[in-house]
Amino acid sequence: MGVPSILENRQQSIVFKGRKKQEIRCETDSEAGCVSQRACVYCGARVVLNPVADALHLVHGPIGCASYTWDIRGSLNSGADLYRNSFSTDLKEQDIIFGGEKKLTAALDELIPQFQPPLVFVYSTCVVGVIGDDLDAVCKAASLRYGIPVKPVQSSGFIGSKSAGYRAACDVLFQLIEPPQPLEKDTKRFRLNYLGDFNLAGEAWIIRSYLERIGVTVNVVFTGDSRYEQIRGAANADLNIIQCAGSMHYLAGKLQEAYGIPCLSVSFLGLDDTAETLRAIARHFNDPSISEQAEALIAEESARVMPAILKYKSRLQGKKAAVYVGGGFKAISLIKQFREIGMEVVMIGTQTGRKEEYEKMDSLVNEGAVILDDANPAELERFMLEQGADLLVGGVKERPLAYKLGVAFVDHNHDRKHPLSGYAGAVNFAAEVYSTLGSPVWQAVQGGVRHGRV
Amino acid sequence: MGEYNRDLSQNPCHMCMPMGGILALKGIEGAMPLLHGSQGCSTYMRRHIAEHFNEPVDVASSALNEKGTVYGGKANLKKAMDNVRRVYQPKLIGILTTCLAETIGEDIRQISSEYQAETECDCRIVTAATPGYGGTHTEGYWRMLRELLVQLTAPVEKHERINLIVPAALSPADLRQIKQTLALFGAEYTLLPDISETMDRPYEDCYGKMADGGTPLAEIAQMAGAVATLELGGPVDAKLSPGQLLQDSYGVPLYKLPIPIGLANSDQFIEAISTVLNKPVPAAICRERGLLMDAMIDAHKHSFQVRPVLFGDPEMVFALAGFCAENGMFPGVVATGGGSAGWRKAVAELLADSMNPLDVIEETDMSIVRARSEANQVNLAVGPSVGRYLEEQADIPLVRIGFPIQDRLGAQRILSVGYQGTALLLDKMVNCLLERKHKTYRSDLFQAYYQEREVARHEL
Ligand code: SF4
Ligand code: SF4
Repeated sequence: MGVPSILENRQQSIVFKGRKKQEIRCETDSEAGCVSQRACVYCGARVVLNPVADALHLVHGPIGCASYTWDIRGSLNSGADLYRNSFSTDLKEQDIIFGGEKKLTAALDELIPQFQPPLVFVYSTCVVGVIGDDLDAVCKAASLRYGIPVKPVQSSGFIGSKSAGYRAACDVLFQLIEPPQPLEKDTKRFRLNYLGDFNLAGEAWIIRSYLERIGVTVNVVFTGDSRYEQIRGAANADLNIIQCAGSMHYLAGKLQEAYGIPCLSVSFLGLDDTAETLRAIARHFNDPSISEQAEALIAEESARVMPAILKYKSRLQGKKAAVYVGGGFKAISLIKQFREIGMEVVMIGTQTGRKEEYEKMDSLVNEGAVILDDANPAELERFMLEQGADLLVGGVKERPLAYKLGVAFVDHNHDRKHPLSGYAGAVNFAAEVYSTLGSPVWQAVQGGVRHGRV
Repeated sequence: MGEYNRDLSQNPCHMCMPMGGILALKGIEGAMPLLHGSQGCSTYMRRHIAEHFNEPVDVASSALNEKGTVYGGKANLKKAMDNVRRVYQPKLIGILTTCLAETIGEDIRQISSEYQAETECDCRIVTAATPGYGGTHTEGYWRMLRELLVQLTAPVEKHERINLIVPAALSPADLRQIKQTLALFGAEYTLLPDISETMDRPYEDCYGKMADGGTPLAEIAQMAGAVATLELGGPVDAKLSPGQLLQDSYGVPLYKLPIPIGLANSDQFIEAISTVLNKPVPAAICRERGLLMDAMIDAHKHSFQVRPVLFGDPEMVFALAGFCAENGMFPGVVATGGGSAGWRKAVAELLADSMNPLDVIEETDMSIVRARSEANQVNLAVGPSVGRYLEEQADIPLVRIGFPIQDRLGAQRILSVGYQGTALLLDKMVNCLLERKHKTYRSDLFQAYYQEREVARHEL
């Protein structure tokens, strides 16, 4: 069987570290027929907004778009759980012909009195963008009728990629934020917003507990386990820290512009990043007691997890990883995290990475590593094999491919059920990598499928 | 539309048309599905299918963007076909539309014939209009199969083979069982579609991007000359039925049969094969029938306690209803996201003997299924993974069957058809209740009957 060819139009989206300098092509539309792993604008918007736990999330569109996204993400919540329902206007042929505005109004009129949400998000999908429903007008009218914000999310799938959806979501979040309460003179408070954590498997709770331990208050998390009330008050923070930059940079920028809230890019993935982040926050607040408590936390937590991590590292040293994830932030963190457990990343790619993120990846990986934007299964297959990867990090769609190629696999997707953030997460990560790379199954299958006698 | 339905959906229990089209194409030899529309739809569907089968699922998209949407997607679609042919070398490309392509009025038939004329490509192209808003995934599935027949068959000489057409909800293990049954009869047949190998692939020394197996295109071309068509779709509407098409266009006699789950349903299947072939039922099959009867008797006192809610694809739910009724497991709710008034009537007839409160609901969603299940005191759920919602929110245990099953492993190995599969399913359902019973009966009885009383001193 020949090695699958790389399509001509894809060649500029694939670069090798160290070979002749070539800029990676990224942030472009997917090539037709390429089995891109990308999702759509609506998906991006849903990722960002869905964790708002007390909001009613209504998808205006045909059933599929809602069906495929019902409760597929592992954002945890405390209390309110309206967000775990999938509401859809379930547009049918007639609605496509005559317009879906009436149906949307009817749905809002039924759902708002029934569930009494403090906030409604109405997502537009591809067809809605084409049939020209006036989402703004319908939402505005409902908002007036019920006295709650009913926010249209402009997430028609074809107007860009997932990142366009992030932006649409940030626009809506920004509209919900009210000007800050006037501050008493000289009050010292250390209060921040934590952007870009969706509380998958309780990750935002872990980070909030760290911050509280060093004397910093979390005003609101965007958007993991958040509530409308908290979002409204987001401007009452002194700092924004952004973890998933791809989705939240835009909102941080808007908050800085409007309310002068400074922002800091952070990462809580891996031991080094977590420690560095806590120190950066302490430096920002420039307060000796925070610094002290941060150092104490770093020392205590590292000491607690180091033995476990070293144990795994001894078994993982020298193995090679391939990474294909959604955004650039996660990709960059993973290169560092693998290094912490003794592994090198030999293939790295994302669905929606930005130019500066790819430059960062290039600076982190070793000579010869391949970097891909918007890769397809044929390319993943080829480069995993060519680069001799022992393991792939990816999402659900990539898992069966890795397994069929005899490559170990780590889930780094939104539906995972164990936290990967902070110190607890660093151990989980090492344990998961070991659970797949260290499994005896790979030895059992090594001989191939044929019996010795046939 | 049933009495409980609203003009919106809360927690859907069905999917959209192109999903079904993809599932059908995955059972055709060397076929590659290509969705004409925006990228997101195909990514979502791939994810759903991959999670169910634990197999790589490649589905191409024409990746329409804003420009394509405004000025037409012809160029995108042609480019997509070029790229798919280059990377996958398929024998057939199945083009399916999505909501977007249909709404902007793309003529895929026209574009594909243009493409074929321009490129003289030797790969077959079949098209199907499957707008997501036009129907459920099961309707998309039937439509794709019909289009395959319309576009790939022509009158041929009569021959001895049987056409066997199966619905979307069956697993690879089910199809293997069905093939074995036909082999026991010594029958020659064409199974359409056949995912038994394509969606349950072994680990191999060398991975191929296109799976082996699937219904051979050469056999599809011969389907017009078969002795008969057996269609396991139950009461599937005539306008959706591929078997109906073969009967109307080529005079191939059609046997409309339920999925062979349950004693009576399996009997119908076996008798149909025996009639068509004019051969007696092999002894091995009679023995399996006896084993199922034995299993039913062993279980009967327990099964009579089961009051299930059945949901999922209309064909599957219909077969399950018959199977449940013959075991005394009279359902409290029978529901599907698709279906029709005809389907509802057919199900209600099957369950006419039940003394329990019953709701039969078509075109519904899981929020209604939950509400009616609680009202009718259901104690077991039978259906695909969306039922985890009942398990989590209403504490109704779920026996998983159908598509998709994403929260457990081994969907491809779930066997429920034929006498043997039926016995397995019956055990699973009854055991689920027994497990609960054993867990709680001590505390239940304690709470029901034990009364605290003052213990007098002298009694101690
Ligand atoms: S309902 Fe339409 S738009 Fe939504 S996923 Fe299905 S085909 Fe795509
Ligand atoms: S129709 Fe559009 S919004 Fe819906 S899943 Fe497809 S690409 Fe996304």
